Amino acid sequence: MSDNPLDRYEPVIGLEVHTHLKTESKLFSPAPVRYGDAPNHDVHPIDLGMPGVLPVLNEKVIGLAIRLGLATHSTVNTRSVFARKNYFYPDLPKGYQISQYEEPVVSDGWIEIEVPVKGSGKKRGAETVTKRIGVTRAHLEEDAGKSIHDVALSASEGTHIDLNRAGVPLLEIVSEPDLRSSVEASAYLRALRSILRYIEVSDADMEKGQFRCDANVSLRLRGSSEFGTRTEIKNLNSFANVEGAIEAEIVRQSEILDDGGEIQQATMGFDVNRQRTRILRLKENADDYRYFDDPDLIPLLIDEELIEVVRADLPELPEQKRERFEQEYGLPGETTAILVTSRRLADFFENCARACNAPKAAANWIARDLRQELNERNLAVDETRLEPDALASLIRLVEEGRLTTKSARELLPELVEAGGDPQAMMEERGLEAVSDTGMIDEWVTTVIGGNAAAVESVRGGDDKPLNFLMGQVMKAAGGKANPGEVRKRLVEMIRGDG
Amino acid sequence: MLALCAMSRITREDVERTADLARLSLSKDEIEAMTHELGQILDHVEQLQALDTEGIEPTAHAIPLATPLRPDRASPGIDPDLAVANAPASDGHAFVVPKVIDGEEG
Repeated sequence: MSDNPLDRYEPVIGLEVHTHLKTESKLFSPAPVRYGDAPNHDVHPIDLGMPGVLPVLNEKVIGLAIRLGLATHSTVNTRSVFARKNYFYPDLPKGYQISQYEEPVVSDGWIEIEVPVKGSGKKRGAETVTKRIGVTRAHLEEDAGKSIHDVALSASEGTHIDLNRAGVPLLEIVSEPDLRSSVEASAYLRALRSILRYIEVSDADMEKGQFRCDANVSLRLRGSSEFGTRTEIKNLNSFANVEGAIEAEIVRQSEILDDGGEIQQATMGFDVNRQRTRILRLKENADDYRYFDDPDLIPLLIDEELIEVVRADLPELPEQKRERFEQEYGLPGETTAILVTSRRLADFFENCARACNAPKAAANWIARDLRQELNERNLAVDETRLEPDALASLIRLVEEGRLTTKSARELLPELVEAGGDPQAMMEERGLEAVSDTGMIDEWVTTVIGGNAAAVESVRGGDDKPLNFLMGQVMKAAGGKANPGEVRKRLVEMIRGDG
Repeated sequence: MLALCAMSRITREDVERTADLARLSLSKDEIEAMTHELGQILDHVEQLQALDTEGIEPTAHAIPLATPLRPDRASPGIDPDLAVANAPASDGHAFVVPKVIDGEEG
């Protein structure tokens, strides 16, 4: 048998994403939604499960749920019902979580993801195809509190419970089991996160726990159409962990199946250090939560009219933007994929492209050079000192041949960190490329004199040594000659038109 | 009594399982009595099955009201001292409970 389980088995993966909604207050109480406050500073008696309290729905979440429904081509249900999911855990003070069960607010949709073409590997820039992933449903629910298990900071034994998070509004978004690899799973998560941010439903910051993922994984023999028994890996809180956990679970399940064993339906945890999944508990049946309609809450009724109002207000979505960028600016798919990762980056691009009137150059500068600067500093584009107009003026200087690409690249980090006017910086530092024909001719003559063999090849019609000669001239010019002019003079002088 | 239990859908095991899920510890006698009584309740409700509900929309709630809503405005939480005032144990405004194994639920 081959070593790679993927030769024999096809993974079938579905994801459940919990995303915190962008609200000021909680789902059913007026307590503030804040991150990083001291324990139990953002709680209302409703969040504490005090007797006699009544939950009242936050109206903002209705609009947010509708936005998500529309952005995922789903049905927004005009009637949905809140239900109690009953279980006991210390960070769930009421003994039940208010969720939606049989009648969720959103159902039956899809989103599109870009997946690498088979065999082209997962390296960046590989050829991709678009794949449609079903969204089974999305329902509103409240988050639980936080259990702090390793209480190294305090003297007391036991687990600490902080209920600041209890009652924070969530949408749980459940995908169809349409994903077939860890790479597809993380592509789906990225696409979903990008949509959530575009439509301003969630900040979806994984580090703050605003975007968490459970993965359902099963294997089946290649060619089989039946699903195998699945396991659910809980609480994956980074893209790397989602991929790592799925890959580890595929290995674990394939080893059991290879030995003729059976997969037990179970809830799994992911051990990040060992990169292995382990069984937390054998799966309880859904019935064990004893869902029933919450008698404190009346069914949520949504007017068709409201859905249309929200639809009219929906911003351009990443996929639509991408298509438009490709058509309007003639940009390649790899570049537009990067430009639309966030609305802010896409807006920056469009402002910059407009200001420099060179959309392709702007796209390349942003998708490559600027993106690298941002990644190195872990910054979003609007968190830097660089304005779209400044980048546009830098690009113009390069396009006009007044600044070499090399010099422009050297100015970029400073523009990102401190801002400034590229033209003034260029003049102050004497970086302006020399376009003076007399000086360029002098350098070109020297280089032609010293590189007879290369010159001979070029004269014979071979353009390849031209780049080498260009490099020599630029070196002689201290990197500050107008490259277009240099190339022109080299050809003219060697081939005898000058 | 035996005949009644046999008729109803509920078994001893159902009662034990339900008690376990509700974290209730029942004695043998209590389980016996519960099985009987719950069986009677179910039998009673069973009578409703005889009614014709064809074409009637299921009722999720008895009150014919639009969903009551609240604007998304935050007001400060209650005094954290008060939040933990009734707790058997607290530490720096966190509730303290007996050690729980990580990842049990959530």
